[in-house]
Amino acid sequence: MPSLGADMDEGTLVEWLKQPGDRIHKGDILAVVETQKGAIEIEVFSDGVFRDCLASPGDRVPVGEVIAILDSGKASAAPTGKAALAVPVADAKALQEPLARGRKVTPAARRLAQESGMDISRVVPDGTGVVGLQQVRAHAAITGPPAVPTGRIDLKEMRKAIAAAMARSKREIPHYYVSSDIDVTALMDWLAEENAARSVADRLLYAVPLFCILARTLLETSELNGQYEAGEFSPSQSVHAGIAIAMRGGGLIAPAIRDVAGKGLDELRVSLTDLVGRVRSGRLRSSELSGATVTFSNLGERTADTLMPIIYPPQVAIIGCGQIAPRPWVKDGEVHIRQIMSITVAGDHRVSDGRSAARFLSRLEKRLAKPEVS
Amino acid sequence: MNDLELSDLVKRVLFDVAPDLEGEPVDPKIPFREQFEFDSMDFLNFIIGLHQASGAQIPEADYPQLASLDDCVSYLKARHL
Amino acid sequence: MTATRTLTYREAIREALREAMQRDERVFLMGEDVGRYGGAYACSKGLIEEFGEARIRDTPLSESGFTGAGIGAALGGMRPIVEIMTVNFSLLALDQIVNTAATLRHMSGGQFSVPLVIRMATGAGRQLAAQHSHSLECWFAHVPGLRVVAPATVADARGMLWTALQDPDPVIMFEHATLYNDEGEVAAEGQVSCDLDNAAIRRTGKDVSLITYSGSLKKTLDAAQQLSEEGVDCEVIDLRSLRPLDDATIMSSVSKTARAVIVDEGWRSGSLAGEISARIQEQAFYSLDAPVERVCSVEVPIPYPSHLEMAATPQAEGIMAAVRKTLRK
Repeated sequence: MPSLGADMDEGTLVEWLKQPGDRIHKGDILAVVETQKGAIEIEVFSDGVFRDCLASPGDRVPVGEVIAILDSGKASAAPTGKAALAVPVADAKALQEPLARGRKVTPAARRLAQESGMDISRVVPDGTGVVGLQQVRAHAAITGPPAVPTGRIDLKEMRKAIAAAMARSKREIPHYYVSSDIDVTALMDWLAEENAARSVADRLLYAVPLFCILARTLLETSELNGQYEAGEFSPSQSVHAGIAIAMRGGGLIAPAIRDVAGKGLDELRVSLTDLVGRVRSGRLRSSELSGATVTFSNLGERTADTLMPIIYPPQVAIIGCGQIAPRPWVKDGEVHIRQIMSITVAGDHRVSDGRSAARFLSRLEKRLAKPEVS
Repeated sequence: MNDLELSDLVKRVLFDVAPDLEGEPVDPKIPFREQFEFDSMDFLNFIIGLHQASGAQIPEADYPQLASLDDCVSYLKARHL
Repeated sequence: MTATRTLTYREAIREALREAMQRDERVFLMGEDVGRYGGAYACSKGLIEEFGEARIRDTPLSESGFTGAGIGAALGGMRPIVEIMTVNFSLLALDQIVNTAATLRHMSGGQFSVPLVIRMATGAGRQLAAQHSHSLECWFAHVPGLRVVAPATVADARGMLWTALQDPDPVIMFEHATLYNDEGEVAAEGQVSCDLDNAAIRRTGKDVSLITYSGSLKKTLDAAQQLSEEGVDCEVIDLRSLRPLDDATIMSSVSKTARAVIVDEGWRSGSLAGEISARIQEQAFYSLDAPVERVCSVEVPIPYPSHLEMAATPQAEGIMAAVRKTLRK
C-alpha cells in the first residue's frame, strides 16, 4: 500500500483493475484505493507480470503492507506451481515483518482493534513499548471510524486530512513569508493575443503560463524545491508541482503535476484540465498524491489580493498567487494602470532564508515581464 | 432547438464538467461561479464543453455573456441553435 | 431496614457457634483447649458453661485422633465442629481430612457422607513464627470432596458456620489469625446466614480487579483506597469460597477491567493465585490488557521478627506496585 501523502495511514482497496497473470506496463493502473482524498488509482512503476494479489476489495490495508506481488519478468519466463510462488510470498512476509517486530500488543487491544477494523500495527505504543486498550482507543479517536468507499471525495475525511497535515506543518515547519506585487500586464496581453488565435478548446487559462514560469524560475532556486524528511533536505532536479484545487463544499487538494518546468504550454494545459476533471470526479492517481516538491496555490479571478499559504509537508515551499487586478503602478517615473498580482512565497526556514525567496521573486518578475521568451 | 432543449444541453455540459453537481437543482438566473463555486478552470471547461456540444465558436470576449443558465440559453438561441 | 450490630470477628464466631448449638442438638464442638480455656483464640469462651462438657469437648493434643473422631461422629449422624488451632497443626490430621473425610462419599458410591465442619486459624501477622503462621489454604482447596471457605468479614464469620453445617460434605473454614479482633457490622439475629458459593465484590471499580481472600482483604481494600487517591479505580473481589472458586464473578470483573492482580498470602509457587491466574487466561484471555499480577508471600518460612514477617507477606505497598504495573505506570 503506497503512501499517498504525509497524512495517510491506510487505504481501503476498492477494486483490482488487473488480474493475476496479466502483463503490466509502467504507468498502468493496477488498483483503486479509497483514501481520505477519495478514490486513488494505483499505478505500476515497471513492466512485468501481476503475479498475485494479497488484499481483497473492502480490505483496509496499512501503508507499507504488501497488497500485490509483481514480477519484473527478469527472474524467469513463466513461473508456475508452488515452488515458483513460494519466493515472492516469503518476500512479502518479510516486508510486513518490520511493522510487527518488537511490538507487544495486549490481547484486549488486539481484539478491540480487530472489532473496530483498525490496523493494530499503526497504533503507537506506550512508553513501555506496549500497545494496550488505551493506545487503541486514542488511535481510534484520532483516525475516526473507517471510511466507506464512495468513489467521491468524503469532505469530512478530507477536512481531517487537511487538519492533520496543516497542524503538522505549523508544528514542525518554521515558516517565513516573502511577498511581492508583480506587474503581469505583459503576461495578460500576451495571453489575450495567444487565445485569440486559438480555438475554444485550446485556449489557455492564465494559470497555465503562470505555473510554467513559476516552475522554470524554481529550477534556479533549488532550496525552495524538494522534500525535507528525517532531518534532511533533498532538493529536486525537476519541479513536481502540487496544484491546490478547491473542492466545492469546502476543502482542497493539491495533486501533483510532474515536471512542470519540462512541459510545453499545451502539455501543461492538458495535464491541468485532466487533473481538475479527475479531482471533480474523485479519481486521482497514486503518483499525484505524493512526490510533489512544491505547491502552487492560485486564488484565481474575482477572489482576493494576497494569500499566505501553509507548506504541505514534506515540501519546503508553497507559492501563493492572489487575484490579478488593475492597480495604479509607477513605471518610468509615471503612474500607469497595470494588471497586478501579489505573489507570496512561504518557505521552510530549516532549509532556506527569506533571501532565497526574495531572489526567486525578483527572477520571477523578470520572466513574467517577458512571457513570450519564458 | 427550443428553450427547453437548449437548457437541457447547457445542463448536460455543466454536469459533464462538474460531475459532483449531478442532480443538483440549477437556478437559471444565478451565475455558475456564485451558484456552484465555479473557478476559472471549471468555467473554461464549461465553455469548451458548450463549444463541443453546440458547435458555437465562442470568443473569449463573449465569456461574460455566458455566466448563468439563462445567459447561455439566450446566447445559443441568438446563434440560431 | 435491617438493624445491624457491631461485633468483633471473634464474637461473631462465638455467636455462630452458640446459635448452631441452640438450633441443632446434633452439633458439638471439639478441639484443643476449646472448653475450659475457651479456645486458643477465645472463640468458644464461656460456651462450656452454657452447653456443658459433652458438647464443648477438650481433646488430647492429637489432631489426627480428634479429627478422625469428628469424621466418625459425622458418619454416625452428628454435626461436629472440629477446631484445629492453626493450619500448621492440621498437617497432622491431613490423612483423616484428605484420605477419609474427602473420599468417603465417593468410595461408598454415595452411601456415606461426612457432614463435618473443621475450623482452623491461618496466616501470619501475630509474630507466632514459622510453625504457626503459614497459609496453606490452597493445599485443601486442591482436594476434591472438600469445600473450603474463608470468611474475611465479621458478617461472613457470623453467617457462614450455619450454612457450612447444612452441607452434607466436609467443609474447611479458615479464620485468619489477624481478623479476630476486627470489628464489623452484622445483621440482626435471625438474618445472619449467608451463602458459601459466591465471591463478593467488596469495592466496585473499573480499572483493575484485585482478587483476594481472608486476611489479605483488608490490606487490599487499603491499597485500593490509596490508589483511588491517585485516580486508579480498583474493584476488590473477596473470594469467600476457595473451593469451588466462583469463576463467573472473577471473569465478569476481569472482562470489565481488563486487568487482574491476585493477592494471596500463600507462597507463590503452586498457589491459589497461580490457579486463579491460570483460569483467567483460560477464560478471559482476550479481555486482558496486561499480564495478570500476583502478590504472594515471599518463599521463606514466615519469620518471627515483626518487620521481617511484614516484609515476607503481602502489604498494601506491594499490592499498589502490582496494580501500577498492570497499568504500565
